Amino acid sequence: MELVTRPHARNLVRFSADKPRIVVLSADLTASCEADDFRDSYPDRFLSMGMAEQNMVSFAGGMAREGFFPHIHTFAVFICRRAFDQLAMSVAYPNLPVRFCGFLPGITTPGGVTHQAVDDLALMRALPNMTVLECGDATDVESVLDVAHAIPGPVYIRCLRGQVPRLFPADEPMRAGHARVLRHGASPDAVARESGCDVTLLTSGVCTEEGIRAAIALRKRGVSVDHLHVSTLKPFCDARVDAALTSAAKGAVVLENHSVIGGLGSAVAERMAELGCGRKLVRLGLKDVYAHGASKGYLMRKYGLDAGAVVRAVEELLGKRLGICEDELTALDPAPAGPRSGGCGRNGEVVLGSLPSVKAEDL
Amino acid sequence: MTTGNPTNQDPGTRGARSPDGRPDWPADVRRVALGIRRRVLDHTLRNNGGYLSQACSSADALATLYVHLMKLGQSVAPAVPLPFPGVPGPDNPGYSTGAGYNGPHEPGLDRFFFSPVHYALVLYSTLIEVGRMAPEGLAQFNRDGSSVELIGAEHSPGHEVTAGSLAQCLSQAAGVAMARKLKGDTGHNWVFMSDGEFQEGQTFEAIAAMAWHKIDNVTVLVDANAQQCDGAMSTVMEIDPIAERVRAFGGTAADVDGHDPEAIAAAASARVPGKPLVIVCHTDPCRGIPLLATRGEKLHYVRFKSAQEEAVFRAVLSEMTQDGNRPDGADAAALSSPAVLGAGKPGGRE
Repeated sequence: MELVTRPHARNLVRFSADKPRIVVLSADLTASCEADDFRDSYPDRFLSMGMAEQNMVSFAGGMAREGFFPHIHTFAVFICRRAFDQLAMSVAYPNLPVRFCGFLPGITTPGGVTHQAVDDLALMRALPNMTVLECGDATDVESVLDVAHAIPGPVYIRCLRGQVPRLFPADEPMRAGHARVLRHGASPDAVARESGCDVTLLTSGVCTEEGIRAAIALRKRGVSVDHLHVSTLKPFCDARVDAALTSAAKGAVVLENHSVIGGLGSAVAERMAELGCGRKLVRLGLKDVYAHGASKGYLMRKYGLDAGAVVRAVEELLGKRLGICEDELTALDPAPAGPRSGGCGRNGEVVLGSLPSVKAEDL
Repeated sequence: MTTGNPTNQDPGTRGARSPDGRPDWPADVRRVALGIRRRVLDHTLRNNGGYLSQACSSADALATLYVHLMKLGQSVAPAVPLPFPGVPGPDNPGYSTGAGYNGPHEPGLDRFFFSPVHYALVLYSTLIEVGRMAPEGLAQFNRDGSSVELIGAEHSPGHEVTAGSLAQCLSQAAGVAMARKLKGDTGHNWVFMSDGEFQEGQTFEAIAAMAWHKIDNVTVLVDANAQQCDGAMSTVMEIDPIAERVRAFGGTAADVDGHDPEAIAAAASARVPGKPLVIVCHTDPCRGIPLLATRGEKLHYVRFKSAQEEAVFRAVLSEMTQDGNRPDGADAAALSSPAVLGAGKPGGRE
């Protein structure tokens, strides 16, 4: 699996090169949010706002009123919790094109409970006018700013930093309101069928990597799985998602790096009810609890955000054990090098090393 | 706003003249301020409730801004406000703010940002007194479906941002000012605040950010009436000295008598390059209506407790009205003549 180093840092510079009205605002976490290359490339368009999120958010609203496109950079948790009222009244209400680049979503930081944005999607989804996007890999990171730029109102983006795996082909950028259909490990027959599956699996963000592992293993056992990677959490009106939810014989599983309240799981539950699916839904995420400081891998296992949790949920929906062990899941490569990943009929066989952990100095 | 009838007067070009024939802007300010207090008292009597003490404290500063300090174009908004236009959003492409009452947005013109939007009645009255809004517009105040709301939002006449969650306006204005500097605009940016907002940390975040980024195209007038919702600020949480606190955060500040237009104007002319300016206008929440002081510290929202009390205030209104015998029950248009148009009216009583 390819790991891309600091894709946001490079992409922000590329994206801004021909857009003089892009400005970046940072609250003392510039390198930590990979805005340092922008700062060094376009110092006149970089505004250091100090450790003062409330002012930064309202200030960005003011600049947006004058035709600028402020890109706020700080940790997701500080955007959403420290400045929620400012976000609602100075930006979302007037529908201004401010982009909130929120880093360290969910349990991707060892910084502990103060640094872990586990309720940001719930908060941002609740705001009228707000569009909510989440990156799941380097390709998403490299294209999310262009997706946001086409949206005339405010956009909240769950960003990834550091060593980011590439799960999706680099030439298949994120598209607004368009879930990626993932067919890792699917047989040609399964791909050819027009509709109907045993289970629909919806994943987002860093959980999609885990979802791919689970889907490969499940498909090996003959379970038909429709797996979709969701990057637009609001508005949540994707015909591909609707089709997958209504075609699942046994039900749906959602895996997300967020509380089970208010994020993708909630959005899917609302959608399934509206569609009258009448099938079971298993929401995998933080079960209305806070986490604590530790490595991403440890936390994903501890809180059931990994491939194993998906397998157990599917077993529950199917009412049978499938005999998939942890070692099998970790050995699967969700994005093998060589032929394009995400294609049909390919079983990942490459042994994957340990997942990159966040260094303490990156806090 | 692009609609409307730009019939409003530029208040700087009309008004009183001194004995030697020169324009006498302080007299205009006093006349407008009297009109604001009179109109808000009249409204408070009609509705048995209103933000009356805020009119008493801030009328002179607001009148000084509109009559003398701000370089604004004529209103580009309808003289009678349109109904609530809906909220901003993708399904409301024709939405516009109430900033059109302060003239068009042009690089060389000033902008006005109104922070303590519970003073909305005072701002609406100011707009009427300087000829930017029709008097009958006030009849829509706090009516269902109206944009002339009790607590103003950005669709309300004279409002440009949504500031009701206090202390967000200054940061928004600072962002606008920064953007205007980057664009090379020469117009100034005026912010009107209340002293209670200096209890909010965001206010000082904004001052620090303006100082750091040398945002010197912003001047803040603070109505320091020492009152807040729970009562006198000295009983809620003392925040004096505001000016010293502003200076400590990198801004410049001046303390003035907020009822003295010339003192306010002199302070506004003493800007320092690279720094925002905060003018602390020390004011009396009963100025112009001393009878209000009999209410003790219950000044935030005035509601008359008895018919007898109402009658006493009605008598005060009668005294404040030019001819002294304005009939009860007349509609708001009875006070329709914008003061700036009525050159020759007596000056203020303050």
